[in-house]
Amino acid sequence: MASITIRDVRKSYAKMQVVHGVNLDIASGEFVVILGPSGCGKSTLLRMIAGLEEISGGTIAIDGKVVNTLEPRERGCAMVFQNYALYPHMSVAQNIGYSLKVAGVPVAERAQRIQAVARILELEHLLDRKPMALSGGQRQRVAMGRAMIREPKVFLFDEPLSNLDAKLRVQMRSEIRKLHRRLSATSVFVTHDQVEAMTLADRLVVMNGGRVEQVGTPAEVYSRPASRFVATFVGAPAMNMLEGEVTLDGLSLLGGSRKLNVSRAGLPVGSKIAVGIRPEAVRLVAPGTPGALDATVDLVEELGAGRVIYVDLDGAAFSVVTSETAHPAPGSAVGLQFSEADLHFFSSETGSRLDVFKASMPVPAL
Amino acid sequence: MEKRVTFSRWSIGILFAVPQLLLIFTFFYWPAGQAVYWSLTLQQPWGGGNIWVGLDNFRSILANADYWNSITASLVFAACSTGLAMVIALVLAALTDRQLAGSRLYRVVLIWPYGIAAPALAMAFRFILAPEAGFMAVVNQVWPGFWDPGLDGTDAMASIIAAFSWKYVGYNFIFFLAAFQAIPRSLIEAAAMDGSGVLRRFWDIQFPLITPTIFFLLVINITESFQDSFGIVDIMTAGGPANSTNLMVYKIYSDGFKGLDYSGAAAQSIILMLLIIVLTIFQFRFIERRVHYR
Ligand SMILES: Nc1ncnc2c1ncn2[C@@H]1O[C@H](COP(=O)(O)OP(=O)(O)O)[C@@H](O)[C@H]1O
Ligand SMILES: [Mg+2]
Repeated sequence: MASITIRDVRKSYAKMQVVHGVNLDIASGEFVVILGPSGCGKSTLLRMIAGLEEISGGTIAIDGKVVNTLEPRERGCAMVFQNYALYPHMSVAQNIGYSLKVAGVPVAERAQRIQAVARILELEHLLDRKPMALSGGQRQRVAMGRAMIREPKVFLFDEPLSNLDAKLRVQMRSEIRKLHRRLSATSVFVTHDQVEAMTLADRLVVMNGGRVEQVGTPAEVYSRPASRFVATFVGAPAMNMLEGEVTLDGLSLLGGSRKLNVSRAGLPVGSKIAVGIRPEAVRLVAPGTPGALDATVDLVEELGAGRVIYVDLDGAAFSVVTSETAHPAPGSAVGLQFSEADLHFFSSETGSRLDVFKASMPVPAL
Repeated sequence: MEKRVTFSRWSIGILFAVPQLLLIFTFFYWPAGQAVYWSLTLQQPWGGGNIWVGLDNFRSILANADYWNSITASLVFAACSTGLAMVIALVLAALTDRQLAGSRLYRVVLIWPYGIAAPALAMAFRFILAPEAGFMAVVNQVWPGFWDPGLDGTDAMASIIAAFSWKYVGYNFIFFLAAFQAIPRSLIEAAAMDGSGVLRRFWDIQFPLITPTIFFLLVINITESFQDSFGIVDIMTAGGPANSTNLMVYKIYSDGFKGLDYSGAAAQSIILMLLIIVLTIFQFRFIERRVHYR
């Protein structure tokens, strides 16, 4: 168990900077998920913690000790790689036990610890096989075993589930969660899959373009996204965004065709903002209902448990999630109703969250 | 699934194979058959047909101490030059694999020696290793008489081994480097996370994973050291001093074309061919087992 302190960490390759000053505190025993789109620098950050990538600036400390110049083996981290990185010429048992062999652990103790790990991961009957002869899920388990056997202070996962099929991914997800509860070692898990991130994380770190956009519990990140990027990246289908402008009596949306009565609370008239509303927070009502926005249905996506209804709002795409079985047919007119508490406001220039509009207001009016 | 071309009629398939079969027949089976025939007859040096003598040629060769000396010299040469060329190339490739800056340059520079004709290369080495003027002259200055390949058989052998190895280091290096680069980086990183240091990683991970390449190069290097050494020996030592570098391939030439013993030379080439075949079979039977194909 160990805490990790990341201070203003930067990474540059040649001339290009890919991580721009990340600050993060990870408590001992915490399960932190770093979420972000492909290429945002998640792996790079994780590999800097592991010691596989040189740190261009700032410091990383594990248990209060700065590890910038330490070799990977001196940091007490274990890592599970995306492609598993199993040694192809070694059996499952040799793969799992390799770190102990390197550390000079006697054969008898090694065998016993391999057995113990194999029992937890249900790999006992596969110990003599080569990685080639294993299924994706089994390889994944071996990779986990190889990390577990060292009883590391910190577990690092780099998209370990992205090569598995959907069903296995869900299963391995809960196993990782259970394993963490059992070992309660500090874990940092990198993924681009927001469902994976939401379900696994004690705390979520959302990254974009080499910067941390938001740190918080999954519920916090979902209900109060700190930026426009986080708002649209977390949650599926993505949060609806409507461009607007602050006017004297509230907001004008979609180039002036719609209006919203909210207090400007200090924002200068004319400033551009974006208004976000989650598809789950929108209710479908009869067209022409007072206080609702009228729109036309484009497309209905059946999800089984619910439906995503894509509507056209003066040319802007907008989606609504409903659990009702009776839904309007494509082409028909509907009204969209939502309460002001569910609205999120973001600056169009910086993309950051604006809470100034959270004044109490009646439901949006036409 | 791999896509395979299939022919509905076997005759079409044969037709495609004919050019290759013709080449192999003309340039391998026919001459080899001729050599076998000559080795069983006695050729008249001045023409006038040949007499069937059965295995007499082989008997007289194998009874000759000079020939056994030549076999020993060839084996020593093969072992040393293969060992040297492979170990040096392996070390260079392992170092290059770690520090890839400029590796493209190494690749080009190191393949050049392989493209140089053996006689030209031998000429260069003759100058480099000349006891009175070359690089070794400096050593001779310190220890007079230390180095003289013209008089000392061991020095002469060392000279041709050096020249041959130099040529094959580049060739081996290219293959080794490609093999190292084919190992996924994450395997090395996983081993590093498992606490393995640079040398340990080399022995536990990289070395086992390049064994197919090592095996391939071993077969090629040994075979070539029996055959490709001719030009080097001819220019550098001409088999001397006192037959100390009279390798089998060179002895075939000198006995056949200088000594005009065509039949004996033919028998010697049959023995050389058999020796290479036996060595290759041995390598496939006993060494290949230890190779980890992925
Ligand atoms: N070795 C490298 N050399 C140059 N650029 C790199 C290297 N590794 C990664 N990058 C760049 O750094 C950025 C972040 O990469 P990475 O951390 O792998 O992203 P991801 O969030 O998908 O894991 C990407 O734009 C990538 O192109
Ligand atoms: Mg990545």
